[in-house]
Amino acid sequence: MEWLNKFIDSYPVFLKGMLLTFELTAVAIFIGIFIGLFFAFLKISKIKILEWIADLYIFLIRGTPLIVQIFVFYYGLTSLNISQFSAVVLGLAFHNGAYIAEIFRGAIQSIDRGQMEAGRSLGMNLKLTYRRIILPQALRRAMAPLGNQFIIALKDSSLAAFIGMYELFNVATTYGSNSFDYMTYLLIVAVYYLILVFIFSILLRYVENRMAISD
Amino acid sequence: MADSIMVKVETLNKSFGNLHVLKDIDLTVKDREVVCLIGASGSGKSTLLRCLNFLEVKDSGTIFIGGEKVEEATHDLNQVRTRVGMVFQHFQLFPHMTVIENIIEAPVHVKKIPKDQAYQEAKELLAKVGLSDKETVYPGKLSGGQKQRVAIARALAMKPDVMLFDEPTSALDPELVGEVLATMKKLALEGMTMVVVTHEMGFAREVADWVVYMHDGRIVEAGPPDKLFSSPTEQRTKDFLDSVL
Ligand SMILES: Nc1ncnc2c1ncn2[C@@H]1O[C@H](COP(=O)(O)OP(=O)(O)OP(=O)(O)O)[C@@H](O)[C@H]1O
Ligand SMILES: [Mg+2]
Repeated sequence: MEWLNKFIDSYPVFLKGMLLTFELTAVAIFIGIFIGLFFAFLKISKIKILEWIADLYIFLIRGTPLIVQIFVFYYGLTSLNISQFSAVVLGLAFHNGAYIAEIFRGAIQSIDRGQMEAGRSLGMNLKLTYRRIILPQALRRAMAPLGNQFIIALKDSSLAAFIGMYELFNVATTYGSNSFDYMTYLLIVAVYYLILVFIFSILLRYVENRMAISD
Repeated sequence: MADSIMVKVETLNKSFGNLHVLKDIDLTVKDREVVCLIGASGSGKSTLLRCLNFLEVKDSGTIFIGGEKVEEATHDLNQVRTRVGMVFQHFQLFPHMTVIENIIEAPVHVKKIPKDQAYQEAKELLAKVGLSDKETVYPGKLSGGQKQRVAIARALAMKPDVMLFDEPTSALDPELVGEVLATMKKLALEGMTMVVVTHEMGFAREVADWVVYMHDGRIVEAGPPDKLFSSPTEQRTKDFLDSVL
């Protein structure tokens, strides 16, 4: 079987690509969570100017293609001597941060107002009530949509190929053009993505189940 | 100090936008006294209670808690709230914490009481509300009546000077009302100062020292329960009592 032979021949390079894809995604999501949390708090701050800043950020990110954002970060940051990897990661992080911000905001606002009042009525200050009462519940509620966003981020990281990062997709197209057999390598790379998404999904379900024990 | 004043409200006014919800409210609650607030829906009972806990900010008037005049601008309201316990209609237990964690949350994180001491006290409170066997259960697994008794224990854990109850049994199935009222009655007998918004006229008649009837943002009439229930002086009070009794 020729397909299988090509799969086996190419796997050391694809594994490297997969590692890079994973690193890009993991670091971007990690940073994106903090960006998202930050802008979610701006949105619920009830301070007009801060809300506007968050709205503007979300408007810009949602209103432009990710590939444009990646190129802007790439040309903007590499001219400041920031590595290619960091530029892509930041592009992905800021992109996902906007969506994560909306997920967190929705989750926080979905928590019954009475929970905040219960905390405050016990003498807990605003910060403590958020930290101990609101955020843990909001995080549970955000898990499913966050998981979705993480999987989208994983697949979106393929756009890093367009600025020459040797992640999964770039590995596939390079093999494809060298062998004039694009289809085989596209099907191979699809398998790698499926494996990554599958592992991601299992991890997410595990975390969700652990959190759900209390509900 | 049986006659010292625990809560005092003078000419309290509160509006939501154009809606004038509390109009020149005067109210005094003495130490160890149980005051029941009754009145039709929308008359401002909850708003009054919430003002006492500063969950709502009053427009004007004066509120004294434990003889101390509380100024929103200068007082640490968090500190004041530790002295005023509150029990809500919909319980508002923290669903991500077990029963015992719900109870020790504020003592540990607000009062900075050592965890094992808070835990011991919480166990005693659970015994008092008859739920010793539910220590490590999550609120989702409790009946409404059990939830409300945990909520009472949680508020008591801060050792408040006064407890506020906003229709604590209104969200309960009829057969669960009794256990919560019994817990509250026990508290009252132990000398807890309580302000209770309720539609349970039987409870008000039996436990209250003072019943306050509110209508349209005003206190229309107030008095000891035997007097207010059997011979109200105001026509509106009579009409209201006729409609609920
Ligand atoms: N946050 C708010 N914003 C605007 N209006 C409010 C708010 N809270 C209460 N109100 C209004 O104030 C009035 C008094 O409400 P309140 O909840 O104090 O009445 P209540 O006597 O507790 O009634 P119920 O028996 O239905 O609980 C009502 O007309 C209500 O719609
Ligand atoms: Mg009410």
